[in-house]
Amino acid sequence: MPLPIRTRFQVASDQSLLVYFDSSHSREQQSQISKAVHEQVRRLVRLLEAEPVPGVRNVHPGYASVLVNFDALQLRPEKLQEILGGCLERMEKVTLPEPREVEIPVCYGGEYGPDLQSVAELRGLTTQRVIELHAAREYLVYFLGFVPGFAYLGELASELVTPRLPAPRKSVPPGSVGIAKNQTGVYPVATPGGWRLLGRTPLKIFQPDRKEMSLLAIGDRVRFVSISREKFAKLERA
Amino acid sequence: MKLMEVRAPGLLTTVQDLGREGFGPLGVSASGAADSVALRIGNRLAGNDEGAAGLEMTLLGGTFHFPDGGVVALAGSDFFAKLDEVPLAPWTSAAVKPGQTLTVGATKTGARCYLCVEGGIEVQRVMGSASTHLLSGLGGMEGRALRKGDVLNVAAPRQTFRMFRKRTVDGRVLEKLKPRKLLRVTDGPQSDWFREEAKRVFYGNTFRVTEESNRMGVRLDGAPLTGTETGEMISEGVSLGAVQITAGGLPIILFVEQQTTGGYPKIANVIAADMHSVGQLRPRDEIRFERVEMHAAVALLEEQEKWLCSKELILE
Repeated sequence: MPLPIRTRFQVASDQSLLVYFDSSHSREQQSQISKAVHEQVRRLVRLLEAEPVPGVRNVHPGYASVLVNFDALQLRPEKLQEILGGCLERMEKVTLPEPREVEIPVCYGGEYGPDLQSVAELRGLTTQRVIELHAAREYLVYFLGFVPGFAYLGELASELVTPRLPAPRKSVPPGSVGIAKNQTGVYPVATPGGWRLLGRTPLKIFQPDRKEMSLLAIGDRVRFVSISREKFAKLERA
Repeated sequence: MKLMEVRAPGLLTTVQDLGREGFGPLGVSASGAADSVALRIGNRLAGNDEGAAGLEMTLLGGTFHFPDGGVVALAGSDFFAKLDEVPLAPWTSAAVKPGQTLTVGATKTGARCYLCVEGGIEVQRVMGSASTHLLSGLGGMEGRALRKGDVLNVAAPRQTFRMFRKRTVDGRVLEKLKPRKLLRVTDGPQSDWFREEAKRVFYGNTFRVTEESNRMGVRLDGAPLTGTETGEMISEGVSLGAVQITAGGLPIILFVEQQTTGGYPKIANVIAADMHSVGQLRPRDEIRFERVEMHAAVALLEEQEKWLCSKELILE
């Protein structure tokens, strides 16, 4: 069966190979974030989890690619490419789990959302409208990356699309909900970060001693729900 | 179970093994020893499997008390250690009598030294590994660096009631595994985004390791790569040793506790055989990059592995 989306292999290092699902390599044709491409990424990750390839150590999904790390003493990139080629031919047969629907309560503004005001000003909106627009949509978890449990969610309403902060913060508190360009996400742990912070969730996004370590998984659907400071405090204690 | 008491933690001491694999889809990078060659040899000296958990010390080592004694080995950069008052050289195993204290000093050359104990450090494994991932607070000792007063458990050795036999490393083999300052790289996935002028700067200049370097990444200072519009792309998976060129035109080498995805273009990637050398870089070290072909990179890794697994490596 012909694939609807072009695939291309790119050697990334002597122990990793990138599978691209479009022409994202070329800067001129750099792909937009697309749900159809995401579906292919998700299928390949699923397939490699269900049928592990000996010598493959790890896979890292992105918006339009999957990076496959391998043991260079055990696998040659040409051989891996051949195996992955076989996987790509079977992609249509992969059954994906039903996406989960996850609600994330967020207390917007104030100390929890230090950039709410500036985002409103940059976009010529009231802060209330920014909150409404952010909480109105259902977002797709394109992939988890950067740090454990960080979900890249898309896409934002066009009215909210804002560049990253000119200089990243040295440390963003865990639970912070930020936006950057047409993406949104929740910081699971304290890290440096350049996304504009609109609010904070009291939920634990990533907990290694929990059965489901990560609150979110690739393919999940997410909605943000605006909550009061009192509700935040109550949920935080729970 | 034998114990080990932390009397002084040193500058940054963490529990490390060879890292955790397979959790990329959750955004978890491998972590593991910054100089895996040193940890593997240290473990062989201490009589362990080469992937056993040891302590990774950074620039300044700690002081460790052994109420029950044991067998230890130091590997990596020379931190001028003393067992009670007697100097203990790296790359050699030593019997520790109950009640003795190991004081590990500071290094003058590299960056990291591993303390391996017979049996290995025993901590709760997180996602299959004992490695500490500092940024996310995962693994090791409560996901953090060691503190004064911590007490570590030492697992039972593979063989009990064995006479202590001092082990050392063959100097000639060690010479072949020596950390390098001329890092060999292969092309990165976006090498062709960079114009010849930028590549000349990258391969022709010396870069200095900055103070902001850590287990996540080694930030370099030097001549910025010009003649290239370094932009941002949509995020994709990034490999260990990837050399990203940031908006300012300066390189960052992604290291063991790396972010798993990123949006900066990668001009090159440090070869697997030279990753342990990155683990011995210290602030103000000067490094250069040398481009090699993929088949050469694999041949170098195979050669390194041959020496690491060779019988001649460990002398009894």
